[in-house]
Amino acid sequence: MPNRKQILPYHGTKEQEQELLQFIAAHRETPGAAMPVLQKVQEIFGYLPEEALIVVATELDIPLSELYGVASFYAQFSLVPKGEHRISLCLGTACYVKGSADILAKLEETLQIKSGEVTPDGKFSIDACRCIGACGLAPVMMIDDDVYGQLTPDQIPAILAKY
Amino acid sequence: MTPFKTHILVCTCEACSAAGSVAVAEELERQLKEKSLDTRIAVVRTGSLGLCDRGPVVVVYPEGTAYVQVKVSDVAEIINEHVIGGRIVEHLLHKTHEDERATTSLDDMMFFKHQKRIALRNCGIIDPENIDEYIGADGYTALTRILTEQTLPQEIINCVKESGLRGRGGAGFSTGLKWQFAADAESEDGIKYVCCNADEGDPGAFMDRSVLEGDPHTILEAMAIAGYAIGAHQGYIYIRAEYPVAVKRLQIAIEQAREYGLLGKNILNTGFDFDLELRLGAGAFVCGEETALLVSIEGKRGEPRNRPPFPAVKGLYQRPTLLNNVETYANITWILNHGAEAFASVGTERSKGTKVFALGGKIVNTGLVEIPMGTTLRTIIEDIGGGVPNGKQFKAAQTGGPSGGCIPASLIDTPIDYDNLVEIGSMMGSGGLIVMDEDNCMVDIAKFFLDFVVDESCGKCTPCRIGTKRLYDLLDKITRGEGEMEDLDTIEELCYHLKDSALCALGQSAPNPVLSTLKHFRAEYEAHIIEKRCPAGICKNLVNFWIVEDKCKGCGLCAKNCPVDAISGTLREPYSIDTSVCIKCGLCESNCRFDAVVRA
Repeated sequence: MPNRKQILPYHGTKEQEQELLQFIAAHRETPGAAMPVLQKVQEIFGYLPEEALIVVATELDIPLSELYGVASFYAQFSLVPKGEHRISLCLGTACYVKGSADILAKLEETLQIKSGEVTPDGKFSIDACRCIGACGLAPVMMIDDDVYGQLTPDQIPAILAKY
Repeated sequence: MTPFKTHILVCTCEACSAAGSVAVAEELERQLKEKSLDTRIAVVRTGSLGLCDRGPVVVVYPEGTAYVQVKVSDVAEIINEHVIGGRIVEHLLHKTHEDERATTSLDDMMFFKHQKRIALRNCGIIDPENIDEYIGADGYTALTRILTEQTLPQEIINCVKESGLRGRGGAGFSTGLKWQFAADAESEDGIKYVCCNADEGDPGAFMDRSVLEGDPHTILEAMAIAGYAIGAHQGYIYIRAEYPVAVKRLQIAIEQAREYGLLGKNILNTGFDFDLELRLGAGAFVCGEETALLVSIEGKRGEPRNRPPFPAVKGLYQRPTLLNNVETYANITWILNHGAEAFASVGTERSKGTKVFALGGKIVNTGLVEIPMGTTLRTIIEDIGGGVPNGKQFKAAQTGGPSGGCIPASLIDTPIDYDNLVEIGSMMGSGGLIVMDEDNCMVDIAKFFLDFVVDESCGKCTPCRIGTKRLYDLLDKITRGEGEMEDLDTIEELCYHLKDSALCALGQSAPNPVLSTLKHFRAEYEAHIIEKRCPAGICKNLVNFWIVEDKCKGCGLCAKNCPVDAISGTLREPYSIDTSVCIKCGLCESNCRFDAVVRA
């Protein structure tokens, strides 16, 4: 994890750490606990901070290297913070053939960031995802838990303005 | 308790919820309560009926009248006119086909006429969050009968075998044989597992999500029966985290089943123990591969391993493990309740029963359909799907996701079953069916799937890690207009190497989209290479925009919108595009009101 510290100061609170420790305590005996615990870390902090990974590795008695291997394998886990509002644009087949590439271009143009990046004010991040299973509404994007379907590029500015 | 006179079913699947169906359900309940009708008329939140692009869908029973795209403001009319007045609200009726007269009953709709619902039998009919509704629809009768009559496990396995059911997740292995292997496998400490693959990762596929959201108990019941048949007492459902509604409904279902004594210790006082846990995936396509899925449940990197040993012999935590996908389990209780023969009477000689397809792309009715095996692609696309919209020409259908291939229009009369699809260079896969029209470039589509596989390759084996990237590079070269004819030979050779040497199905099947498009649309590849032309007008480097003089009214809107000032002209005279400056963004085309901007 090179130089992450310099870029990203850790903002975890005591309450968040307590919540994590409680979750670990409840799941310590569950076989294969690493994945549910990492999912909890992401839920609490919004990403996987190195500080939290060290806590998990120590508590579950898993080498940090192995945990890092798991954390970096799955697309859902992020080692860097995401925007306050997470935009996931579907680039699955149904959305793709209905022009989701144009929607992505419009998002990138409007927010002036690329897919996978966060706006400088930390408000939005864009991620391309693979099918959220709402193909009937293609092309589709999600902002946090809200689903927007049958999109056209000209709707994008108005949708973003809601946040 | 007096029975309800009318049931109003509101679809609350992901697509309908996104369109606002939850608010519609709440408004229905509020207004019924206000009119003191809530003791006689029930509002039921259901899973998907399959009309996914027409949500929110509301069905009023006993008549079975389906209303589509219902808004909160339509609720009063439905209650006053239909429920109280007994008159159909005509303008909310659904037409699935252009020339079809609006039908008042679901069964009469063209969309449903050609379908046969086995796996989806309860979807859109029952409230998935209420176990009593599932029990009312013959739910848990198979489990109860088996446990109380102490049916021999081998009898159950024989029944599944005789039904001819094959795995609905992709390759189509005999489900009965899989059960037999898991039952026969010895476990040193007697522990075996039953797992369900709900990691539906194929882009464009949402069959399993619909079953889990619409009828979660049928999966629990089938897994408990499988546990009894092979001698397992613990099960896991591995589900994508991208399906929050399905996860929530499964959790509710598991809790309700435990409460009713249908899961857990000593089920129905018969001494049989079986319990289930959910495990959430974290966004890795390769975890749909069985060996990768099982190590992911163990909390490790989801990398596949060599087979044999197969999971039936050595699976989760090195114990014999039965792993089937959602749709496969969804057929089990129907087979046990109706008999193997009834199931085997549907379908073709080697593919029995039905298959659920997620119909999407360039088609009038996108949604979920369940058809008997052997139905032709033409029936699915034209009769059920209502054909290609906007007067465009049907070009190809893609099945099997990144592992499948493109079926050209010339093969539209092929009866769909496992073997026919493999023969024409595609595969059943989990059931995504994406329709493409003349505006889709087949080289671009092949590149799209390769891009997906490059992204999702776990990197464990070299052929997949490097081979898919090289394939992608070659396709990219062609779409940029820099391809040479030799590249096609290199592509084919690389494809066969990849098929032969990749570790798991992800790599082995990755060449399918390339090989099938190369086989059926070779001329399109050649147009890119020899003529430096993209016939569909998709590949940006090979497309030029120009203005048709006769059509241009000289409004200047195109010039105003051009981000690089490549368009010039005087008002009320035809404009022109300087192709050396043009960046081919297409803004002029989308802004022109006279269709005067064309691409080729």
